[in-house]
Amino acid sequence: MSSLQSLDIAARSASTATVPVARTHKPEVAKLIDVSSCIGCKACQVACMQWNDLRDDVGDTNGTYDNPRDLTPQSWTVMKYSEVVTRTEDEGDRLEWLIRKDGCMHCDEPGCLKACPAPGAIVKYTNGIVDFISENCIGCGYCVAGCPFDVPRISKVDSKAYKCSLCADRVAVNQEPACVKICPTGAIRFGTKEDMIEYAGDRVVDLKERGYQNAGLYNPAGVGGTHVMYVLQHADKPNLYAGLPENPTISPTVALWKGVAKPLGVAAMIGAAVAGFFHYMKVGPIETHVDEPDVQPTPRPDQRDDTRV
Amino acid sequence: MFITRYRDRTRMNHWAVALLFICAGLTGLALFHPSMYFFTAFFGGGQWTRILHPFFGLFMVLGFVFLFFAVVRDNFWTKADTEWVKKSPELIKTGNEHALPPVHKYNAGQKAVFWAFAVSLVLLLITGFMFWQPWFADFFPIPLRRIAMLVHAVAALVLVLSVIVHVYAAIWVKGSFRAMTRGTVHEDWAKSHHPLWYKEVTQATRDNATRKQP
Repeated sequence: MSSLQSLDIAARSASTATVPVARTHKPEVAKLIDVSSCIGCKACQVACMQWNDLRDDVGDTNGTYDNPRDLTPQSWTVMKYSEVVTRTEDEGDRLEWLIRKDGCMHCDEPGCLKACPAPGAIVKYTNGIVDFISENCIGCGYCVAGCPFDVPRISKVDSKAYKCSLCADRVAVNQEPACVKICPTGAIRFGTKEDMIEYAGDRVVDLKERGYQNAGLYNPAGVGGTHVMYVLQHADKPNLYAGLPENPTISPTVALWKGVAKPLGVAAMIGAAVAGFFHYMKVGPIETHVDEPDVQPTPRPDQRDDTRV
Repeated sequence: MFITRYRDRTRMNHWAVALLFICAGLTGLALFHPSMYFFTAFFGGGQWTRILHPFFGLFMVLGFVFLFFAVVRDNFWTKADTEWVKKSPELIKTGNEHALPPVHKYNAGQKAVFWAFAVSLVLLLITGFMFWQPWFADFFPIPLRRIAMLVHAVAALVLVLSVIVHVYAAIWVKGSFRAMTRGTVHEDWAKSHHPLWYKEVTQATRDNATRKQP
């Protein structure tokens, strides 16, 4: 996306001033990925590539269906296929193929945005979409450290960070993201976050009826909830789904670094310089006195005999 | 009247490190806090600032290595230094250094600053490599990079604070600055602030003079 004038920005990286907040009625959007109805056709990967006009290099296979193997600057979404053995009471051990569409989760409290040092390189729109404004990106890789989901990828070509934009450009003109548009099974849905949570509730009830006792919605609170949510058959073990983190939060080191260290560090540096200035004005310089053989310092006014009564 | 404190080589080394510190410091501060992002304007914008910062830092550390070996033997800590530190609040409050034990080439404050430079620069060098984009960051796992970024920021803070103390001391104690601009200090300055060093230097000169006589 470009940085066209917008009243729809909720947060902007490396910016301490208030963003335009005149428009407050924007509903939050969300993409809901129902893992239980995904057939792993990768149409969403193709649609993403086509809409965003990306061409990844031809890779190689590692014995799974993951292709490419991982997210790249040219592949903003990747299907991750996990073959896991789960245990059920009536069937015993059983093989399950859990297919998760990996990509940016569009956190409500984005770690990438918190870590980014370039003003306006990462923005969160009022509808909840987190977008990288590439023209402002300086390629430092701080967003990589900030992200609890390991999503941003730094390009080897231009040293800029890339990830799923949730098709912010399509959403801005009332279209659903490309992956949603293409999905043949309706496993990917898009709408207001409220509607998606409600729809997910129905899906969870259905899955529970079909024997998935731990079915649930993945909308982790540690990052304030996400604008990409999953319906999981095994919501108690998100790790089964290609290592989806159980309780994602911004790392404490990043929080410390971009939280208290930032203002305190600046205060300490400026404080030291100002303290030096006032010290000089109060105590004055230490001067060497050439005439005195023993080099006594000049007595301060309050130490002089004549001032003592 | 004046006695030599630093050779030309050491002074040029010092100023090269100082200039690189300013460049590394300003580019680093620009990336540390948004209020100082405008420093990127001096270095060709945000992307150039990000590209240049590690090089400034690397060359600053390389420069400091030479400086380190030039002055390290005069910076080892002694019992007298501990004593000096204990009595230093008086110096800070009044500027009167007479209560303090006599000092060699460097006083305890100078030594503390020197070691703060050395330690923080080592930390900055090691951690800097750990998230240097685009060449070295990928060799380190993300959790390690996160720690490196925090340690880098803290070490940089220690370095900047030490430099502020260092610069202030040079302004505060009159006659010090010419040690780095001309390489010499006034005899009285040496007698007053570094009496043991003064004795050593003058003794050596006298010894040389007597040795020359047949």
